[in-house]
Amino acid sequence: MRRPLGGGRRLATPQWIAAAPFFLYVGIFLLLPTAIVVGGAFVDSNGLSLSNFASMNQRFVINAFINSVVLSATSAIIGAVFGALLAYAVATGNPNGVFRRLVSSACGVLAQFGGVTLAFAFIATIGGAGFITLWLQQQGMNIYANGVWLYQLRGLVLVYTYFQIPLMVLVFLPALDGIRPQWREATESLGGGTWHYWRYIAGPLLAPAFFGGTLLLFANAFSAYATAAALINQGSIIASLLIANTLTSEVGLANPGIASALALVMVVLVAIVMVLYTVLQRRTSRWLQ
Amino acid sequence: MSRNRRLKLQIFRVAVFLVLGAFFLVPIGAMFEFSTRGVTEQAPRTLNAWLTIAQTPDLVAAIFASLALAVLTSLGMLLLLVPTMIWVRLRLPHLSRVIEFLCLLPLTIPAIVLVAGLAPIYLWMNLNISDSILTLAFVYLILVLPYAYRALYTGLAAIDVKTLAEAARSLGANWGTVMLRVIVPNMSVAILNACLLSVAVVLGEFTIANLLNYVNLQVAIALLGRANATVSIAVAVASLLFAFILLVILSFFGRPRARVHPEDPGLPFPGLAGGGLR
Amino acid sequence: MKWQAAMKRLGLLAGALVLLTACGGGGTTSTVNAATAKSAADVGGISALVTAAKKEGKLNIIATPPDWANYGAIIDGFKAKYGISIDSANPNGSSQDEINAVKQLGKTSRAPDVLDMGKAVTLANTELYAPYKVQTWNDIPDSQKESTGLYVQDYGGYMAIGYDSGKVPAVTSLKDLLGSGFRGKVALNGDPTKANAALNGVMMASIANGGSADDISKGVDFFHQLKLKGNFTPVQATTATVKQGQTPVVFDWDYLSASHGTDVPTWKIFTPSNAILGDYYNAAINKNAPHPAAARLWEEYVFSDVGQNFWLKGLARPVRMAAMQSSGKIDSAAAAKLPPVNGTPVFLTDAQATKAKDYLASHWAQAIG
Repeated sequence: MRRPLGGGRRLATPQWIAAAPFFLYVGIFLLLPTAIVVGGAFVDSNGLSLSNFASMNQRFVINAFINSVVLSATSAIIGAVFGALLAYAVATGNPNGVFRRLVSSACGVLAQFGGVTLAFAFIATIGGAGFITLWLQQQGMNIYANGVWLYQLRGLVLVYTYFQIPLMVLVFLPALDGIRPQWREATESLGGGTWHYWRYIAGPLLAPAFFGGTLLLFANAFSAYATAAALINQGSIIASLLIANTLTSEVGLANPGIASALALVMVVLVAIVMVLYTVLQRRTSRWLQ
Repeated sequence: MSRNRRLKLQIFRVAVFLVLGAFFLVPIGAMFEFSTRGVTEQAPRTLNAWLTIAQTPDLVAAIFASLALAVLTSLGMLLLLVPTMIWVRLRLPHLSRVIEFLCLLPLTIPAIVLVAGLAPIYLWMNLNISDSILTLAFVYLILVLPYAYRALYTGLAAIDVKTLAEAARSLGANWGTVMLRVIVPNMSVAILNACLLSVAVVLGEFTIANLLNYVNLQVAIALLGRANATVSIAVAVASLLFAFILLVILSFFGRPRARVHPEDPGLPFPGLAGGGLR
Repeated sequence: MKWQAAMKRLGLLAGALVLLTACGGGGTTSTVNAATAKSAADVGGISALVTAAKKEGKLNIIATPPDWANYGAIIDGFKAKYGISIDSANPNGSSQDEINAVKQLGKTSRAPDVLDMGKAVTLANTELYAPYKVQTWNDIPDSQKESTGLYVQDYGGYMAIGYDSGKVPAVTSLKDLLGSGFRGKVALNGDPTKANAALNGVMMASIANGGSADDISKGVDFFHQLKLKGNFTPVQATTATVKQGQTPVVFDWDYLSASHGTDVPTWKIFTPSNAILGDYYNAAINKNAPHPAAARLWEEYVFSDVGQNFWLKGLARPVRMAAMQSSGKIDSAAAAKLPPVNGTPVFLTDAQATKAKDYLASHWAQAIG
């Protein structure tokens, strides 16, 4: 009698046991802190209450979240597109070559580069007294004729792409590595050209990785704040700055309850984006398992 | 590949590298230029700022702490994520969305908020288990989850895990052999990527270590950076270079891979170069 | 939330057990007393305090960057004199960050021992401090200390406009900043709804612009004007941005502004004669300090003549300045370098500070955005 796959004796062990360590670890170090923070959203000085959410409908709070979503989405899409292009350029080269190692390592470092130093790098380059700004002025071009856009949302998008593109390269490169050259040859032998290859073969196969990477970039930009804080130190135009402000204000405007409420809204927003992404995935992943 | 297509590909690659290379290198160049400025506008260029870095004793301890954390975090990530992801892919596919959301969650919570939630846990841990900076590895593992998950996921998606596993099992392998000797070698690129990502995240992490009052590499750099303007920027560029060189060295630990577009046929199934069914 | 409270209790219990076992094994009586000592006499005199502190061997300070009012020299001086190592955490932290660290690190060995904070945060968290009166207690004016020693002012300065005379025209009054030579060059040290220094900067502008300590609206109007003219830049001013030329004009405390002088030799400091707004920082000891003797020794050090003179060298005004001037112990060369201030200084009361922050909370974002 053939033994069934998986052995016949271990019927009693449930399948999910193997995944239990992961859930336990994540439960302690991620879900518990999140619950503590989110729980703080429902508490104020008088005990359990929803008063922290009362301030959610103020104009500047709504604007902050809208700005955050716009900033994150824009920098995620730009980062994803250029990152995918760069990843493709790298993947089509020698996989063991020096160049690929250099670019991968550079991307690894730059993906984490942010904060005051990144802000300063851009200030020194195209800030009000940046060397490119000055050089352009000497050529007769004033890029800041209508106000210094570097210190507005548009500028933030540009600075954010500096770490979004490398991040995309890092998460998209493995997907590109999985493309078999045989598929291209098969397409050609069946009479298809580049367009057919990308539209029907490589495109759908890479789509989940591409959209997954974009989602990652979105979440990354959404909670980032150190870079924005250095460039736009006045007012809190994005949600993460608003949260930082309510947690560390030293003039007496600190309010951990409101910060928790804002953080809860952030988590909910990203959960919504994840749902959208899942729907998108289902439509594009017909080719995969 | 036709010559025409190869030429177009080469032009594309050169264009991408030039444009994006400039975009990334110019701001760093501006930082380096600033770090070599003298005290006044007219003073000659100097490397004083860079020499100051070399004379700081506290930096070495912080470097070692960060390196140890990077190693611990990478190992922990591999031990925790790789078996779980393989198992879920094979046996519990309905859980994959849950795991994906959990792995994305750390990114959605700003670091200062996460610290507010972690503080009671670390308080308990510091009083009962250990006060060492290495306990940061626990939370760093959570921080690298989003990146590592994405890298490992694409690696898993590119190989036919089900077939490999069933074939190995039918040949009598137990689950340990299946994971360690069949599947893992086939996703070695993705695993290396996940490790590189983890190392980069740990070396660049500042906020959580700072708010929990630990002194890791970035916190030591911030302290050093208060000395004066040029030193603060020189130190930032130095830390970038340090991490970059470290990652380049690490990248040599990967297995040799076949090309995506080979000039000559070579191996018929590049994804299985490291072992497997043959 | 019950979870959190239970965790805290568990942590406290565990901490108490650890402390008891640690104390039981070889600790001297002075170490146990140091945590509740209200003055050096309580531990048996200053030399007993020094011995106890050396036994502890370490001091945790927070948000104390070396270039802030010459803290670097104080840290080095303390280390050299007593051989106690100093762990300086979160150098760029704010006063609120210090309180957050005290609360989050509880009784662990990395909690901050001593704190140095702005007024609003100090007043809001008095339950976290241990009362202690330094030996030079009587030299400090009554209005600048809390009567039981929970917190005491240590150094202060006046709000000033620092500017790089090599990059912008000379500043002789507040209105000069609205001129065309200052396009995109004027910065505040932080956001006034977040940072104490920035709030005082706007208040100083208000007083100079026709407002008063009770009315910050003229200051908000002034910055709105700056924004409309394109002279205001929202970038966070750091030593790097000052030197690079992005923020050659900064509203900041005069002693902090002075530190830019090392990077930029042409840096000058201007205080409007009709708006001399001063503020002092406050020193406090953490009730749960992991190194209580070292913490108290630190306070003795910074309030001694040596410590106060170090702050003077950093161009801050030490709280014992008047007493030291009459005793002749003041460092006259450093005192002579202080930015000249001609007129009566104004200090915000708590009510005025609260009124200002409320106004800013509702008006600043529109004015500057």
